[in-house]
Amino acid sequence: MIDVYTTYLTVVIALALCVILALVRVIRGPTAPDRVVGVDTINTIVIVGMVAFGMAFREVIYIDVAIVYALLSFVSTLFLAKYLEGGEF
Amino acid sequence: MIFDYLIYVFLGIGLFFNVLAGVGLLRFPDVYTRLHAGTKCTTFGSIFLIGSVILIGLKLWWEKDTNGSVLALHSALALVAILLTNPVGAHAIARAAHRSGVKPVRAIADHLAESPPLQTGEKTDKKQQPQEEGGK
Amino acid sequence: MKTFVVTTIVSFIIYLLLTTGSGSEVLGLWSYIELLFGLLLSCVVGGVAHHLFIKESFRMANPVRWILFLGYLIGPFFVALAKANLDVAYRVITGKINPAIVKISPGLKTDFGITMLANSITLTPGTLSVDIDEDSNDLYIHWINADVKALEKTPVDCSYVCGKFPKWIRRIAE
Repeated sequence: MIDVYTTYLTVVIALALCVILALVRVIRGPTAPDRVVGVDTINTIVIVGMVAFGMAFREVIYIDVAIVYALLSFVSTLFLAKYLEGGEF
Repeated sequence: MIFDYLIYVFLGIGLFFNVLAGVGLLRFPDVYTRLHAGTKCTTFGSIFLIGSVILIGLKLWWEKDTNGSVLALHSALALVAILLTNPVGAHAIARAAHRSGVKPVRAIADHLAESPPLQTGEKTDKKQQPQEEGGK
Repeated sequence: MKTFVVTTIVSFIIYLLLTTGSGSEVLGLWSYIELLFGLLLSCVVGGVAHHLFIKESFRMANPVRWILFLGYLIGPFFVALAKANLDVAYRVITGKINPAIVKISPGLKTDFGITMLANSITLTPGTLSVDIDEDSNDLYIHWINADVKALEKTPVDCSYVCGKFPKWIRRIAE
């Protein structure tokens, strides 16, 4: 049996490195849509990180939070896209 | 034993594609190609990372641990949420980028810019409702 | 009335999935108070959202369509998703791109079908749906490695961009 705790904490740290890569794009992005793409990618990676974290500690509550975070980040992405598009809400 | 290697393979594939998404975001030249990297790779990576969690949960359930089944079920719901929301978000960003005037770099054809402007307002509000239906 | 019942049942099933393991009275998984509260909440959801959840017909209530949908997800869709990721990996490493925004007319009619096709296109090799013409259901697609032969006709042939997906989706959703 693998050591679930250590393995999944390592996975979470590796995912944090991916978040840093996407964060560089958020900071440098020449246009606003570039930044939104970076934020969207960060959201997905954070959701996966939460699920891995919940597995490491065997706590279901982290995964519940991940589900809610997924739905809320979807709404925020749609809202940002609508804002970029201009026009009436 | 084989189970352990399966978990490691799943984790390896998932992490590889998530890192690839980050590198792709940095390397590609414009918004649309970055969306290709940011959407496809993170979705595929999430399928494998969450799939490994589901497999471990099912194994715990097989060993009569109730916590395992709850973990597997909730992770599967999180995966469904990601699969439904990710492409819709990408579509929304791409549409917003094109309407706010970002041109695709090095494009050899752009039928959307040549076509007459599409309707906005009333029609676009209606469009988001089918996604809500899918989320149920 | 029928739409209200269907919406209530669907939201109650989702509530049951989310609260598994909360008690041990019913089937060892749920407690009575949880079931009661869930039923109450799903009645509220059914009252508020029934006209959004089911628009025109009960076509999707047929279980055969859902089995076909699962088969589509596991079979052709997953293969295309894996290919798409290897393709993106190749382009990230080499940096060879040849992009274009093209127009296709898949000829689907229902909202559910066109949503599914747009999402499938976004997740499959080298394509990303950008915009939609609401009147004729034409899709505008960003294609990362455009084929010069395909660009000669203006509504580009579907088989270049999305393969056999429209056939599957027509069988599932129409």
